[in-house]
Amino acid sequence: MQVTIDISPVSECAILVRIGHSNHDTPRLVEHLSEQLYKHLDHCIMNITPSIDSLLIDYLPHRISLSLLTKRIEHIVDTINLEDVVSENQVIIKLPIFYHIDVGPDIKRYQLQGIQLDELITAHTSQIYTVAAIGFAPGFAFLQHVDEKIRLPRHATPRLSVPKGSVGIAENRTAIYPSCSPGGWNIIGNCPLELYNPDHQPMIPFKIGSQVQFFAIDEDEFLRLGGTRQEEFL
Amino acid sequence: MSCSLKVVKAGPLSLIQDLGRYGYAQIGLSPGGPMDEYAYSWANKLLNNPVNAPCIEITLGQAEFKVSEKCAFAICGGDLKATLDEQPLSNWSSFIANKGQTIRFNLPKNGLRSYLAVLGGFLITPQLSSCATVTRDKLGGLDQGLALTDGDELNYHALIANQYIEPKQLSFRFQPDYDLPVTLRVVEGYQRSQFSKSVIEWFYNSEFEVSKNINRMGYRLTCPPITMPNISMQSEGIGLGAIQLPPDGQPIVMFNDRQTIGGYPKLGCVSHIDLPRLAQAKPGQKVRFVKGNLQELQSDWVAWANYFGY
Repeated sequence: MQVTIDISPVSECAILVRIGHSNHDTPRLVEHLSEQLYKHLDHCIMNITPSIDSLLIDYLPHRISLSLLTKRIEHIVDTINLEDVVSENQVIIKLPIFYHIDVGPDIKRYQLQGIQLDELITAHTSQIYTVAAIGFAPGFAFLQHVDEKIRLPRHATPRLSVPKGSVGIAENRTAIYPSCSPGGWNIIGNCPLELYNPDHQPMIPFKIGSQVQFFAIDEDEFLRLGGTRQEEFL
Repeated sequence: MSCSLKVVKAGPLSLIQDLGRYGYAQIGLSPGGPMDEYAYSWANKLLNNPVNAPCIEITLGQAEFKVSEKCAFAICGGDLKATLDEQPLSNWSSFIANKGQTIRFNLPKNGLRSYLAVLGGFLITPQLSSCATVTRDKLGGLDQGLALTDGDELNYHALIANQYIEPKQLSFRFQPDYDLPVTLRVVEGYQRSQFSKSVIEWFYNSEFEVSKNINRMGYRLTCPPITMPNISMQSEGIGLGAIQLPPDGQPIVMFNDRQTIGGYPKLGCVSHIDLPRLAQAKPGQKVRFVKGNLQELQSDWVAWANYFGY
């Protein structure tokens, strides 16, 4: 067995599958396992919520018993071909970011620590990130790992409103808010592209395990791509 | 032929709901669906509707609808003193409304939310295979996840000429009294072991109160302050009914429009069977938790699911 898992009940009709030790890249393993479970257990599974190292599964206990479901999942995990997990073609998703104090009020937190804007931009754009989880809000992708130099904890009190497109850092993760929302991450810039549209296919550009890199754009380019600096931070 | 129910007054929060939007949690979409699945299911059942037929979830009443063509309707859930042309309607029942009549919901007398179903279900175009309104996700309802507003029109199939519909009334034995103090059974999760014995004892021995911060994402409960251990968890999927215990020790029970993943420690989940009682609880109402037995709760749930045909 290459991957160890632990299955525990969450409610009458949900279980949590936690991935223990694996030598592999966990995000892509989670994504692959999620697809396999949907494929093989379609008739008795309602919903799968993958996260960093776990999958929440909503199932129909009147169609499959907990013990049988557990056995089926263990079997699927045992027969995973880890080569399939890594062989997927990886295109790096490149996203333009306007780094500026007007759209990134927490740049000043970095400046107070002696990190100037150009250093911050270099550190943020030189890393290739992996999508570790998607959730919280539609299309909100948790990207890891942020350069150690620019890791900062979340704000103790979250902002009531963070504008759409805001790029934030929290510890070793970075993310873009696809819609206006409350949020506690440190905001350093804004991405002018649409990252969640329920009328598009696909609705979001990411999958768990996708690779993402940022590049800096100037204000003209930001406005040309549909960005706006009018929205307020509350 | 299709006819329509006109929203004369939408009230504070009237939403189209079906059983919810599943299969999209991996991109962060919340399922939505009725807060009180029991009342929603009975509203459809009294009309012999398909189990997933779209209904209107009316929260806090103060809503008014005008019927354009004769049809059969049902109301179930919180008692919002519904009337048909000023004549009281019996809650937990189906009835016929004629062309031009007005169905009105007033301030709640018992519970918070009522479900209005129409024979065959409202004819709404599903988005991502569901009509459930999830405002945060801009999905469902008539358009873009918006709540109903004054002037909206909801289509339904006209009654076939001379079609006989027998009005039905649900037996009082199955009608909950939503104003009673609420006792919720808990399915404990693996994170229970993260909490000390004293926190567990406090949790099961305290009387909580429903706060004013209640919505379709979650219900915040209040209680005397407690020192919570600093537990840090990796973000993971949040189940329906999950009981989060944030650092301030004031529990949050997660509902249909909850965020899909989160990192607050969770003691367990409120059982599905009991969750509708909390969904109808008002600010100030008392809540207690008791440890539930998974097998027992599961067999009750299976009986429920089979009865309604989920």
